[in-house]
Amino acid sequence: MKTFDYVRPATISDAIAAAAEPGAAYLAAGTNLLDLMKGGIAGPSRLFDVMRLPGLDRIERLPDGGVRIGALVRNADLAHDPDFARSYPAIAEALLSGASAQLRNAATVGGNLLQRTRCGYFYDPASACNKREPGTGCDAREGANRLHAVLGWSEACIATHPSDFCVPLVALDAVVEIEGRTGRRMVAVEDLHCQPGAIVSAAAAMRIEHGTIRDARIALGGVAPKPWRAHTAEKILAGCHPDPATFHRAAEAALADAKPSGDNRFKIELAQRIIVRALTLAAAGTPPRVPALPASPFSSAPGAFHDA
Amino acid sequence: MNFSISLTVNGVRQNIELADPRVTLLDLLRERLHLTGTKKGCDRGQCGACTVLIDGRRINSCMTLALGQDGADVTTIEGIARGNELHPVQAAFIAHDGMQCGFCTPGQIMSAIGLIHEGQAGDDPERIREGMSGNLCRCGAYSGITDAVLEVQKSLVEADQRLSA
Repeated sequence: MKTFDYVRPATISDAIAAAAEPGAAYLAAGTNLLDLMKGGIAGPSRLFDVMRLPGLDRIERLPDGGVRIGALVRNADLAHDPDFARSYPAIAEALLSGASAQLRNAATVGGNLLQRTRCGYFYDPASACNKREPGTGCDAREGANRLHAVLGWSEACIATHPSDFCVPLVALDAVVEIEGRTGRRMVAVEDLHCQPGAIVSAAAAMRIEHGTIRDARIALGGVAPKPWRAHTAEKILAGCHPDPATFHRAAEAALADAKPSGDNRFKIELAQRIIVRALTLAAAGTPPRVPALPASPFSSAPGAFHDA
Repeated sequence: MNFSISLTVNGVRQNIELADPRVTLLDLLRERLHLTGTKKGCDRGQCGACTVLIDGRRINSCMTLALGQDGADVTTIEGIARGNELHPVQAAFIAHDGMQCGFCTPGQIMSAIGLIHEGQAGDDPERIREGMSGNLCRCGAYSGITDAVLEVQKSLVEADQRLSA
Protein backbone atom coordinates (compact mmCIF):
# COMPACT_ATOMS: atom_id res chain seq x y z
CA MET A 1 0.00 0.00 0.00
CA LYS A 2 1.21 3.47 -0.91
CA THR A 3 1.74 5.59 2.17
CA PHE A 4 -0.34 8.68 2.88
CA ASP A 5 -0.86 11.56 5.24
CA TYR A 6 -3.69 11.12 7.68
CA VAL A 7 -5.76 14.13 8.71
CA ARG A 8 -8.95 14.48 10.74
CA PRO A 9 -10.88 17.57 9.65
CA ALA A 10 -12.94 19.04 12.50
CA THR A 11 -15.85 20.42 10.52
CA ILE A 12 -17.72 19.76 7.29
CA SER A 13 -16.37 22.96 5.76
CA ASP A 14 -12.79 21.94 6.64
CA ALA A 15 -13.45 18.58 4.99
CA ILE A 16 -14.82 20.22 1.85
CA ALA A 17 -11.83 22.56 1.58
CA ALA A 18 -9.44 19.65 2.11
CA ALA A 19 -10.88 17.58 -0.75
CA ALA A 20 -9.70 20.20 -3.27
CA GLU A 21 -6.11 19.00 -2.82
CA PRO A 22 -4.86 16.67 -5.53
CA GLY A 23 -4.53 13.09 -4.27
CA ALA A 24 -6.99 13.68 -1.44
CA ALA A 25 -9.56 11.06 -0.47
CA TYR A 26 -12.17 10.89 2.25
CA LEU A 27 -11.96 7.96 4.64
CA ALA A 28 -15.03 6.87 6.60
CA ALA A 29 -15.15 3.27 7.83
CA GLY A 30 -12.77 2.33 5.01
CA THR A 31 -14.30 -1.06 4.30
CA ASN A 32 -14.13 -0.35 0.55
CA LEU A 33 -11.33 2.22 0.32
CA LEU A 34 -8.86 0.27 2.44
CA ASP A 35 -9.53 -2.80 0.32
CA LEU A 36 -8.80 -0.77 -2.85
CA MET A 37 -5.64 0.66 -1.28
CA LYS A 38 -4.38 -2.79 -0.26
CA GLY A 39 -4.91 -3.98 -3.84
CA GLY A 40 -3.12 -0.98 -5.35
CA ILE A 41 -6.30 0.17 -7.11
CA ALA A 42 -6.53 3.38 -5.09
CA GLY A 43 -3.48 5.28 -3.87
CA PRO A 44 -4.50 8.54 -2.22
CA SER A 45 -1.64 10.68 -0.94
CA ARG A 46 -3.71 12.18 1.84
CA LEU A 47 -6.64 10.67 3.71
CA PHE A 48 -9.19 12.88 5.38
CA ASP A 49 -10.87 10.82 8.08
CA VAL A 50 -14.45 12.12 8.19
CA MET A 51 -15.71 9.54 10.69
CA ARG A 52 -15.85 12.06 13.53
CA LEU A 53 -17.49 14.95 11.67
CA PRO A 54 -20.33 16.20 13.86
CA GLY A 55 -24.02 15.85 13.03
CA LEU A 56 -23.79 13.17 10.33
CA ASP A 57 -24.77 10.16 12.43
CA ARG A 58 -28.48 10.83 12.85
CA ILE A 59 -31.65 9.21 11.49
CA GLU A 60 -34.17 12.06 11.45
CA ARG A 61 -37.92 11.92 10.86
CA LEU A 62 -39.04 14.76 8.60
CA PRO A 63 -42.39 16.57 8.94
CA ASP A 64 -43.48 15.34 5.48
CA GLY A 65 -43.19 11.70 6.61
CA GLY A 66 -39.81 11.16 4.98
CA VAL A 67 -36.58 10.31 6.71
CA ARG A 68 -33.15 11.96 6.50
CA ILE A 69 -30.21 9.64 7.05
CA GLY A 70 -26.80 10.94 8.05
CA ALA A 71 -23.89 9.88 5.84
CA LEU A 72 -22.06 8.38 8.82
CA VAL A 73 -24.92 6.21 10.09
CA ARG A 74 -23.67 2.63 10.12
CA ASN A 75 -25.45 0.18 7.83
CA ALA A 76 -26.35 -2.10 10.76
CA ASP A 77 -27.73 0.77 12.85
CA LEU A 78 -30.01 1.88 10.03
CA ALA A 79 -31.24 -1.64 9.27
CA HIS A 80 -31.99 -2.35 12.94
CA ASP A 81 -33.57 1.01 13.77
CA PRO A 82 -37.11 -0.21 14.65
CA ASP A 83 -38.93 2.86 13.28
CA PHE A 84 -36.93 2.90 10.09
CA ALA A 85 -37.27 -0.85 9.47
CA ARG A 86 -41.04 -0.61 9.95
CA SER A 87 -41.40 2.28 7.51
CA TYR A 88 -38.88 1.08 4.93
CA PRO A 89 -38.74 -2.72 5.12
CA ALA A 90 -37.27 -3.01 1.60
CA ILE A 91 -34.29 -0.85 2.55
CA ALA A 92 -33.72 -2.64 5.85
CA GLU A 93 -33.84 -6.02 4.13
CA ALA A 94 -31.51 -4.90 1.33
CA LEU A 95 -28.99 -3.65 3.89
CA LEU A 96 -29.11 -6.92 5.80
CA SER A 97 -28.64 -8.97 2.63
CA GLY A 98 -25.27 -7.35 1.90
CA ALA A 99 -21.75 -8.12 3.16
CA SER A 100 -21.41 -9.56 6.69
CA ALA A 101 -22.45 -8.46 10.17
CA GLN A 102 -18.89 -7.25 10.84
CA LEU A 103 -18.82 -5.09 7.72
CA ARG A 104 -22.34 -3.76 8.28
CA ASN A 105 -21.35 -2.76 11.82
CA ALA A 106 -18.52 -0.65 10.39
CA ALA A 107 -19.63 0.52 6.94
CA THR A 108 -21.52 3.79 6.61
CA VAL A 109 -24.52 4.82 4.54
CA GLY A 110 -22.44 7.40 2.66
CA GLY A 111 -19.76 4.83 1.94
CA ASN A 112 -22.36 2.39 0.66
CA LEU A 113 -23.54 4.97 -1.91
CA LEU A 114 -19.98 5.75 -2.97
CA GLN A 115 -18.50 2.24 -3.07
CA ARG A 116 -16.79 1.25 -6.30
CA THR A 117 -17.87 -1.49 -8.64
CA ARG A 118 -16.96 -5.11 -7.88
CA CYS A 119 -15.94 -5.85 -11.49
CA GLY A 120 -12.91 -8.15 -11.33
CA TYR A 121 -11.08 -6.17 -14.04
CA PHE A 122 -11.48 -2.97 -12.03
CA TYR A 123 -9.74 -4.79 -9.17
CA ASP A 124 -6.84 -6.02 -11.29
CA PRO A 125 -4.31 -3.24 -12.03
CA ALA A 126 -2.86 -5.36 -14.87
CA SER A 127 -6.18 -5.29 -16.79
CA ALA A 128 -7.54 -2.55 -19.01
CA CYS A 129 -10.37 -0.74 -17.24
CA ASN A 130 -11.91 2.55 -18.33
CA LYS A 131 -13.38 3.05 -14.89
CA ARG A 132 -10.03 2.73 -13.14
CA GLU A 133 -8.01 4.42 -15.87
CA PRO A 134 -10.12 6.16 -18.53
CA GLY A 135 -9.04 5.45 -22.10
CA THR A 136 -7.37 2.10 -21.43
CA GLY A 137 -10.32 -0.01 -22.64
CA CYS A 138 -12.47 -2.69 -21.03
CA ASP A 139 -11.08 -6.19 -20.59
CA ALA A 140 -14.44 -7.37 -19.31
CA ARG A 141 -15.93 -7.04 -22.82
CA GLU A 142 -14.05 -10.15 -23.98
CA GLY A 143 -13.39 -11.59 -20.54
CA ALA A 144 -15.24 -13.30 -17.70
CA ASN A 145 -18.39 -11.21 -17.92
CA ARG A 146 -21.09 -13.54 -16.70
CA LEU A 147 -21.99 -11.16 -13.88
CA HIS A 148 -21.92 -7.95 -15.91
CA ALA A 149 -24.65 -5.61 -17.10
CA VAL A 150 -27.58 -6.34 -19.42
CA LEU A 151 -29.19 -2.88 -19.22
CA GLY A 152 -27.71 0.57 -19.78
CA TRP A 153 -24.16 -0.62 -20.52
CA SER A 154 -21.81 0.77 -23.16
CA GLU A 155 -18.76 -0.46 -25.04
CA ALA A 156 -16.69 1.55 -22.55
CA CYS A 157 -17.91 -0.24 -19.43
CA ILE A 158 -20.19 -3.17 -18.68
CA ALA A 159 -19.71 -3.25 -14.90
CA THR A 160 -22.75 -3.25 -12.63
CA HIS A 161 -23.47 -0.97 -9.74
CA PRO A 162 -22.34 -2.72 -6.54
CA SER A 163 -24.88 -1.59 -3.95
CA ASP A 164 -27.93 -3.60 -2.84
CA PHE A 165 -28.94 -0.71 -0.58
CA CYS A 166 -29.30 1.68 -3.55
CA VAL A 167 -31.88 -0.53 -5.30
CA PRO A 168 -34.81 0.19 -2.93
CA LEU A 169 -33.54 3.78 -2.59
CA VAL A 170 -34.08 4.22 -6.32
CA ALA A 171 -37.49 2.51 -6.17
CA LEU A 172 -38.52 4.99 -3.48
CA ASP A 173 -37.16 8.11 -5.25
CA ALA A 174 -34.53 8.81 -2.58
CA VAL A 175 -32.36 11.88 -3.02
CA VAL A 176 -28.84 12.53 -1.80
CA GLU A 177 -28.07 15.83 -0.14
CA ILE A 178 -24.54 16.86 -1.11
CA GLU A 179 -22.57 19.70 0.40
CA GLY A 180 -19.70 21.08 -1.66
CA ARG A 181 -17.74 24.22 -2.36
CA THR A 182 -20.65 25.73 -4.25
CA GLY A 183 -23.17 25.01 -1.52
CA ARG A 184 -25.75 22.32 -0.94
CA ARG A 185 -27.53 20.42 -3.70
CA MET A 186 -29.90 17.50 -4.07
CA VAL A 187 -29.25 14.64 -6.49
CA ALA A 188 -31.53 11.65 -7.07
CA VAL A 189 -29.85 8.36 -6.08
CA GLU A 190 -30.69 7.18 -9.60
CA ASP A 191 -28.54 9.99 -11.08
CA LEU A 192 -25.70 9.66 -8.62
CA HIS A 193 -22.89 8.26 -10.67
CA CYS A 194 -21.41 6.33 -7.89
CA GLN A 195 -20.10 3.27 -8.86
CA PRO A 196 -24.34 -5.81 -5.34
CA GLY A 197 -23.51 -8.27 -3.62
CA ALA A 198 -26.37 -9.89 -5.50
CA ILE A 199 -26.09 -11.27 -9.05
CA VAL A 200 -29.51 -9.79 -9.72
CA SER A 201 -31.80 -8.22 -7.15
CA ALA A 202 -35.10 -6.39 -7.17
CA ALA A 203 -36.99 -4.12 -4.83
CA ALA A 204 -40.74 -3.80 -5.25
CA ALA A 205 -43.47 -1.89 -3.48
CA MET A 206 -47.17 -1.57 -4.30
CA ARG A 207 -50.11 0.42 -3.01
CA ILE A 208 -53.12 -1.86 -3.41
CA GLU A 209 -56.64 -0.49 -2.86
CA HIS A 210 -59.78 -2.66 -3.16
CA GLY A 211 -57.84 -5.36 -4.96
CA THR A 212 -56.35 -2.98 -7.56
CA ILE A 213 -52.77 -1.78 -7.81
CA ARG A 214 -52.84 2.01 -7.52
CA ASP A 215 -49.13 2.63 -7.62
CA ALA A 216 -46.07 0.41 -7.97
CA ARG A 217 -42.32 0.82 -7.63
CA ILE A 218 -39.71 -1.53 -9.04
CA ALA A 219 -35.94 -1.20 -9.14
CA LEU A 220 -33.31 -3.73 -10.16
CA GLY A 221 -29.78 -4.26 -8.91
CA GLY A 222 -26.91 -6.15 -10.52
CA VAL A 223 -28.11 -5.52 -14.08
CA ALA A 224 -26.82 -2.05 -14.98
CA PRO A 225 -24.18 0.58 -14.23
CA LYS A 226 -26.66 2.10 -11.80
CA PRO A 227 -29.63 0.83 -9.80
CA TRP A 228 -32.23 0.46 -12.56
CA ARG A 229 -35.72 1.85 -12.11
CA ALA A 230 -38.32 -0.04 -14.14
CA HIS A 231 -40.73 2.80 -14.99
CA THR A 232 -42.42 0.99 -17.89
CA ALA A 233 -43.19 -2.01 -15.72
CA GLU A 234 -44.58 0.24 -13.00
CA LYS A 235 -46.98 1.84 -15.50
CA ILE A 236 -48.21 -1.60 -16.62
CA LEU A 237 -49.03 -2.55 -13.03
CA ALA A 238 -51.01 0.59 -12.21
CA GLY A 239 -54.73 -0.12 -12.41
CA CYS A 240 -54.33 -3.90 -12.69
CA HIS A 241 -55.12 -6.76 -10.36
CA PRO A 242 -52.08 -8.07 -8.51
CA ASP A 243 -52.01 -11.50 -10.18
CA PRO A 244 -49.22 -13.65 -11.66
CA ALA A 245 -50.13 -12.83 -15.28
CA THR A 246 -49.84 -9.09 -14.58
CA PHE A 247 -46.56 -9.57 -12.77
CA HIS A 248 -45.16 -11.56 -15.70
CA ARG A 249 -46.18 -8.84 -18.15
CA ALA A 250 -44.53 -6.17 -16.00
CA ALA A 251 -41.37 -8.26 -15.69
CA GLU A 252 -41.12 -8.71 -19.46
CA ALA A 253 -41.57 -4.98 -20.00
CA ALA A 254 -38.86 -4.18 -17.44
CA LEU A 255 -36.30 -6.15 -19.43
CA ALA A 256 -37.60 -5.33 -22.92
CA ASP A 257 -34.50 -3.27 -23.76
CA ALA A 258 -31.98 -5.62 -22.15
CA LYS A 259 -29.20 -7.16 -24.18
CA PRO A 260 -26.28 -9.26 -22.95
CA SER A 261 -22.92 -7.47 -22.71
CA GLY A 262 -21.17 -10.85 -22.81
CA ASP A 263 -21.78 -14.29 -21.38
CA ASN A 264 -24.70 -13.06 -19.30
CA ARG A 265 -27.91 -13.57 -21.25
CA PHE A 266 -29.22 -15.57 -18.27
CA LYS A 267 -29.49 -12.37 -16.25
CA ILE A 268 -32.36 -11.16 -18.41
CA GLU A 269 -34.62 -14.07 -17.53
CA LEU A 270 -33.29 -14.17 -13.99
CA ALA A 271 -34.21 -10.51 -13.53
CA GLN A 272 -37.71 -11.17 -14.88
CA ARG A 273 -38.21 -14.06 -12.47
CA ILE A 274 -36.90 -12.00 -9.58
CA ILE A 275 -39.31 -9.16 -10.42
CA VAL A 276 -42.22 -11.63 -10.36
CA ARG A 277 -40.98 -12.99 -7.06
CA ALA A 278 -40.54 -9.52 -5.54
CA LEU A 279 -44.00 -8.42 -6.70
CA THR A 280 -45.57 -11.62 -5.35
CA LEU A 281 -43.91 -11.04 -1.98
CA ALA A 282 -44.90 -7.36 -2.03
CA ALA A 283 -48.53 -8.26 -2.78
CA ALA A 284 -48.53 -10.57 0.24
CA GLY A 285 -47.70 -7.56 2.44
CA THR A 286 -44.77 -6.67 4.63
CA PRO A 287 -43.82 -9.54 6.96
CA PRO A 288 -43.67 -8.64 10.66
CA ARG A 289 -39.95 -9.35 10.67
CA VAL A 290 -37.17 -9.33 8.09
CA PRO A 291 -36.75 -12.96 6.86
CA ALA A 292 -33.99 -15.05 8.45
CA LEU A 293 -32.13 -14.98 5.13
CA PRO A 294 -32.72 -11.42 3.93
CA ALA A 295 -33.50 -10.99 0.23
CA SER A 296 -32.62 -14.61 -0.42
CA PRO A 297 -34.41 -17.06 -2.73
CA PHE A 298 -33.44 -19.84 -0.35
CA SER A 299 -35.45 -20.85 2.62
CA SER A 300 -35.11 -23.47 5.30
CA ALA A 301 -38.90 -23.62 5.54
CA PRO A 302 -40.21 -26.67 3.67
CA GLY A 303 -42.62 -25.85 0.85
CA ALA A 304 -41.53 -22.22 0.62
CA PHE A 305 -42.04 -20.30 -2.60
CA HIS A 306 -39.01 -21.02 -4.80
CA ASP A 307 -39.87 -20.79 -8.45
CA ALA A 308 -41.92 -17.86 -9.60
CA MET B 1 5.57 12.16 10.75
CA ASN B 2 4.54 10.38 13.95
CA PHE B 3 1.00 9.74 15.04
CA SER B 4 -0.18 9.15 18.57
CA ILE B 5 -3.35 7.33 19.54
CA SER B 6 -4.89 6.04 22.72
CA LEU B 7 -6.65 2.67 22.85
CA THR B 8 -8.23 0.66 25.62
CA VAL B 9 -7.38 -2.94 24.84
CA ASN B 10 -9.01 -5.63 27.00
CA GLY B 11 -9.63 -3.07 29.71
CA VAL B 12 -6.12 -1.56 29.72
CA ARG B 13 -5.70 1.92 28.38
CA GLN B 14 -2.54 2.50 26.38
CA ASN B 15 -0.96 5.30 24.42
CA ILE B 16 0.60 4.16 21.18
CA GLU B 17 2.96 5.99 18.82
CA LEU B 18 2.71 5.06 15.18
CA ALA B 19 5.34 6.00 12.63
CA ASP B 20 3.38 4.54 9.72
CA PRO B 21 -0.26 5.53 9.11
CA ARG B 22 -0.94 2.34 7.13
CA VAL B 23 -1.04 0.06 10.19
CA THR B 24 -4.39 -1.70 10.48
CA LEU B 25 -5.91 -2.41 13.86
CA LEU B 26 -5.18 -6.10 13.21
CA ASP B 27 -1.46 -5.52 12.60
CA LEU B 28 -1.27 -3.24 15.62
CA LEU B 29 -2.80 -5.92 17.85
CA ARG B 30 -0.59 -8.70 16.53
CA GLU B 31 2.73 -7.02 15.79
CA ARG B 32 2.87 -4.20 18.33
CA LEU B 33 0.80 -5.44 21.24
CA HIS B 34 1.67 -9.13 20.64
CA LEU B 35 -1.96 -10.17 20.98
CA THR B 36 -1.68 -12.90 18.38
CA GLY B 37 -4.99 -14.56 19.23
CA THR B 38 -6.67 -12.39 16.61
CA LYS B 39 -5.84 -14.05 13.30
CA LYS B 40 -5.01 -12.71 9.87
CA GLY B 41 -6.80 -14.86 7.31
CA CYS B 42 -7.64 -13.01 4.09
CA ASP B 43 -6.71 -9.48 5.28
CA ARG B 44 -9.53 -8.20 3.02
CA GLY B 45 -12.59 -8.30 5.24
CA GLN B 46 -13.97 -11.52 3.84
CA CYS B 47 -13.10 -14.35 6.25
CA GLY B 48 -13.78 -12.91 9.71
CA ALA B 49 -10.69 -14.46 11.37
CA CYS B 50 -9.68 -10.97 12.57
CA THR B 51 -13.01 -10.20 14.27
CA VAL B 52 -12.72 -8.10 17.44
CA LEU B 53 -15.20 -5.99 19.39
CA ILE B 54 -14.96 -2.21 19.17
CA ASP B 55 -17.08 -0.59 21.87
CA GLY B 56 -18.93 -3.92 22.07
CA ARG B 57 -19.60 -4.28 18.31
CA ARG B 58 -17.95 -6.90 16.13
CA ILE B 59 -15.90 -5.63 13.19
CA ASN B 60 -13.09 -6.90 10.95
CA SER B 61 -9.89 -5.50 12.45
CA CYS B 62 -8.08 -5.95 9.10
CA MET B 63 -10.35 -3.40 7.43
CA THR B 64 -9.82 -0.49 9.77
CA LEU B 65 -6.80 1.74 10.27
CA ALA B 66 -5.45 1.79 13.81
CA LEU B 67 -5.35 5.59 13.57
CA GLY B 68 -9.08 5.73 12.93
CA GLN B 69 -9.75 3.83 16.17
CA ASP B 70 -8.17 6.47 18.39
CA GLY B 71 -10.03 6.41 21.72
CA ALA B 72 -11.80 3.10 21.04
CA ASP B 73 -12.41 0.28 23.51
CA VAL B 74 -11.12 -2.91 21.88
CA THR B 75 -11.86 -6.44 23.12
CA THR B 76 -9.92 -9.36 21.66
CA ILE B 77 -10.08 -13.10 22.30
CA GLU B 78 -7.40 -12.61 25.00
CA GLY B 79 -9.75 -10.37 26.97
CA ILE B 80 -12.88 -12.44 27.42
CA ALA B 81 -11.99 -15.15 29.97
CA ARG B 82 -11.99 -14.25 33.66
CA GLY B 83 -8.70 -15.67 34.90
CA ASN B 84 -9.02 -19.42 34.50
CA GLU B 85 -12.76 -19.25 33.94
CA LEU B 86 -13.63 -19.41 30.26
CA HIS B 87 -16.17 -17.09 28.72
CA PRO B 88 -19.47 -19.02 28.25
CA VAL B 89 -19.04 -18.85 24.45
CA GLN B 90 -15.51 -20.34 24.72
CA ALA B 91 -16.84 -23.15 26.94
CA ALA B 92 -19.73 -23.82 24.53
CA PHE B 93 -17.36 -24.03 21.53
CA ILE B 94 -15.39 -26.71 23.37
CA ALA B 95 -18.51 -28.56 24.51
CA HIS B 96 -19.98 -28.62 20.98
CA ASP B 97 -16.76 -29.26 19.08
CA GLY B 98 -17.12 -25.92 17.28
CA MET B 99 -13.64 -26.13 15.77
CA GLN B 100 -11.15 -28.38 14.09
CA CYS B 101 -7.84 -26.68 13.22
CA GLY B 102 -8.74 -23.68 15.38
CA PHE B 103 -7.49 -20.91 13.11
CA CYS B 104 -10.88 -19.28 12.64
CA THR B 105 -11.97 -19.93 16.24
CA PRO B 106 -10.95 -16.63 17.89
CA GLY B 107 -12.83 -14.74 15.18
CA GLN B 108 -15.81 -17.11 15.44
CA ILE B 109 -15.97 -16.65 19.21
CA MET B 110 -15.69 -12.85 19.06
CA SER B 111 -18.32 -12.80 16.32
CA ALA B 112 -20.64 -15.03 18.37
CA ILE B 113 -20.29 -12.71 21.37
CA GLY B 114 -21.12 -9.78 19.10
CA LEU B 115 -24.09 -11.63 17.58
CA ILE B 116 -25.55 -12.52 20.99
CA HIS B 117 -25.10 -8.93 22.13
CA GLU B 118 -26.86 -7.62 19.00
CA GLY B 119 -29.88 -9.68 20.03
CA GLN B 120 -31.19 -10.23 16.49
CA ALA B 121 -30.81 -13.98 16.09
CA GLY B 122 -32.55 -15.38 19.16
CA ASP B 123 -32.79 -19.17 19.18
CA ASP B 124 -33.43 -19.55 15.42
CA PRO B 125 -30.60 -21.66 13.95
CA GLU B 126 -31.16 -20.08 10.51
CA ARG B 127 -30.74 -16.57 11.93
CA ILE B 128 -27.64 -17.70 13.84
CA ARG B 129 -26.10 -19.18 10.68
CA GLU B 130 -26.89 -15.99 8.75
CA GLY B 131 -25.54 -13.85 11.61
CA MET B 132 -22.32 -15.89 11.69
CA SER B 133 -21.90 -15.88 7.90
CA GLY B 134 -19.09 -13.31 8.07
CA ASN B 135 -16.86 -15.99 9.60
CA LEU B 136 -15.54 -18.72 7.35
CA CYS B 137 -14.43 -22.10 8.70
CA ARG B 138 -12.53 -24.10 6.14
CA CYS B 139 -12.67 -27.22 8.32
CA GLY B 140 -16.46 -27.02 8.17
CA ALA B 141 -17.21 -26.95 11.90
CA TYR B 142 -20.31 -24.87 11.22
CA SER B 143 -22.79 -27.23 12.79
CA GLY B 144 -20.88 -27.31 16.09
CA ILE B 145 -20.52 -23.52 15.97
CA THR B 146 -24.28 -23.06 15.51
CA ASP B 147 -24.97 -25.46 18.38
CA ALA B 148 -22.53 -23.58 20.61
CA VAL B 149 -24.20 -20.24 19.93
CA LEU B 150 -27.65 -21.79 20.42
CA GLU B 151 -26.61 -23.18 23.79
CA VAL B 152 -25.28 -19.86 25.06
CA GLN B 153 -28.39 -18.11 23.81
CA LYS B 154 -30.56 -20.66 25.61
CA SER B 155 -28.65 -20.36 28.89
CA LEU B 156 -28.96 -16.56 28.72
CA VAL B 157 -32.73 -16.81 28.30
CA GLU B 158 -32.91 -19.25 31.23
CA ALA B 159 -30.77 -16.94 33.38
CA ASP B 160 -33.10 -14.04 32.50
CA GLN B 161 -36.13 -16.15 33.45
CA ARG B 162 -34.51 -17.04 36.78
CA LEU B 163 -33.84 -13.36 37.44
CA SER B 164 -37.36 -12.30 36.61
CA ALA B 165 -38.98 -15.20 38.51
